[in-house]
Amino acid sequence: MSAPAGTVRPARAGAARRRLGPVLWHVGALAVLVVVLYPVVWVIGASFKPGDEIVGSLELLPTDPIVDNYERLADGIAGIGIETFFLNSLIVAAGSVVGVLFSCSLAAYAFARIRFAGRNLLFTLMIGTLLLPVHVLLVPQYVLFQKLELVNTYVPLLLGKFLAVDAFFVFLMVQFMRNLPRELDEAARIDGCGHWRIYWTIVLPLCRPALITSSIFSFIWAWNDFLGPLLYLNEPEKYTVSLGLKMFMDQDSLADYGGMIAMSMAALLPVLLFFLAFQRHLVEGAATSGLKG
Amino acid sequence: MTSTDISAPAVDGKERDARRPRRPAPSPTPAASARRRGRRETLAGYLFLSPWCVGILLLTLGPMLVSLYLAFTDYNLFDSPRWVGLANFSEMFSDDRWWQSVKVTGVFVLIATPLKLALALGVAMLLARPRKGQGFYRSAFYAPSLIGASVSVGIVWRALFQDDAVVDRSLSLFGWSGGGWIGDPEWSMPTLIALSAWQFGAPMVIFLAGLKQVPRELYEAAEVDGAGAWRRFRSITLPMISPVVFFNLLLEIIHSFQIFTSALVIAGPGGGRAGGPGDSLLVYTWYLYEQGFSNLRMGYASAMAWMLLAGIAVVTAVLFWSQRRWVHYEEGGR
Repeated sequence: MSAPAGTVRPARAGAARRRLGPVLWHVGALAVLVVVLYPVVWVIGASFKPGDEIVGSLELLPTDPIVDNYERLADGIAGIGIETFFLNSLIVAAGSVVGVLFSCSLAAYAFARIRFAGRNLLFTLMIGTLLLPVHVLLVPQYVLFQKLELVNTYVPLLLGKFLAVDAFFVFLMVQFMRNLPRELDEAARIDGCGHWRIYWTIVLPLCRPALITSSIFSFIWAWNDFLGPLLYLNEPEKYTVSLGLKMFMDQDSLADYGGMIAMSMAALLPVLLFFLAFQRHLVEGAATSGLKG
Repeated sequence: MTSTDISAPAVDGKERDARRPRRPAPSPTPAASARRRGRRETLAGYLFLSPWCVGILLLTLGPMLVSLYLAFTDYNLFDSPRWVGLANFSEMFSDDRWWQSVKVTGVFVLIATPLKLALALGVAMLLARPRKGQGFYRSAFYAPSLIGASVSVGIVWRALFQDDAVVDRSLSLFGWSGGGWIGDPEWSMPTLIALSAWQFGAPMVIFLAGLKQVPRELYEAAEVDGAGAWRRFRSITLPMISPVVFFNLLLEIIHSFQIFTSALVIAGPGGGRAGGPGDSLLVYTWYLYEQGFSNLRMGYASAMAWMLLAGIAVVTAVLFWSQRRWVHYEEGGR
């Protein structure tokens, strides 16, 4: 970190330094890149190695790749087909996206475009929930869902998404909506549009970038989520991928190391693909939502 | 805009006024029409906000009150809660594993957060120079933040840091024989901290956005005055981006307090009682989970949750208080 820091400074007078700058810059950036990407490349390579060579070998990529790990995985874990876990995760993640898009955009519209009594207070409350550790809510929420006999369903994992509990997304959309020109609303109002029409036909279409960013983040977070499924799902048939992976780890880690690594890879794959497809949206979203905090 | 009538029956009128009919209103005084408009706006506001309102009452504020009550009870989910006063709190102070979890989490927060932020700032300053490939590096460095907390990466980390595995053997090339990282109570925490540091991308992206707003002229002026690199960093960069530093620090500290999945997976296979070798990875949230959901001691777990909240609140308050001394907000903005 300290070595490349010198290159960051605005150009020095020295000409030699100026020529060296870009070289050092690339050396520094590449060094960081190697460290950052190593584990990802490693797991891709390891998933094609025989189980007993995975931990000990220093080679990043297998000399002769095998697909046995993936073949065994296709037979399932503990008698449950692997596709079950993926389908369950897909249901939870896709449900989260729908819920977040619906509830958070409504809340964001209210905060960004409507002036109503108590708005500032509620907005502060919403920001406050960003800082609230979820663990304070674990026990009572569990008790609530248990009394409603909703444990071992996906309702506890999804209900909050439909009720805009993820303040991060509300905040992200508020930031975006605030920057839309107000004249649009006023023009629509003169034409007799109510808030619903303005929200649906003007603001939402203009918010597409924020909506895409929120969708991808909510998908990935729901896909990776472990604590929620761990709390609420207790039949292996209903497990999501992360929970299935933990079950794999607890039962089989010594017996089938290769299978476990292959499944880790398979679990990461959708997230990595999403990232490759939408990286601009994700990185910009992460930057803007943070900047104005 | 004038303040609106708070006593308007926003919720009661929901069904009746859902369509918000635009009444022709024959000849209203301007004040009356403004008031009506204000009331209509308030109604619309709460209609749009209704899912969020239900959510915050049902899933946040309500549970917080229940949790506060349960913290003073003995509760096992099946029998009704029994009031025990402060017993849960006094038990914590004589509970060795509670102290262990406080220590583990404290060490993690104190070391992992500054390390991650220092890396994030260092790399952000490197990337702040406009050069070819900048966007690519920025995206690539951000990727670990998206996957880092997953079970998959935990498993990968475990494999990389096992005894005689990649990290161990690479380091022994440099004459360092640390032994098994994850199997050793001394070295399991550094393993977890390394995983956290690997996810420096998220704060880095925020730092980068902050660095872009520092006016170039300031550096040029400082250079004319002969200020060296370190001096420019201390006197220009740091003060100019201090609001971003503050924001990142706040978010990362709160985040670190709640570390769960990574610690659990790195600690290794195990049923209810898995704190890693010698409980060296028994993070606070995992002990809370174990007490509440494995041992069904939900009163104790609630009390623990409130201690966590109190801890986070104290740290947050100290941060906000210290803000005056080191965070510089630019007046007027550029």
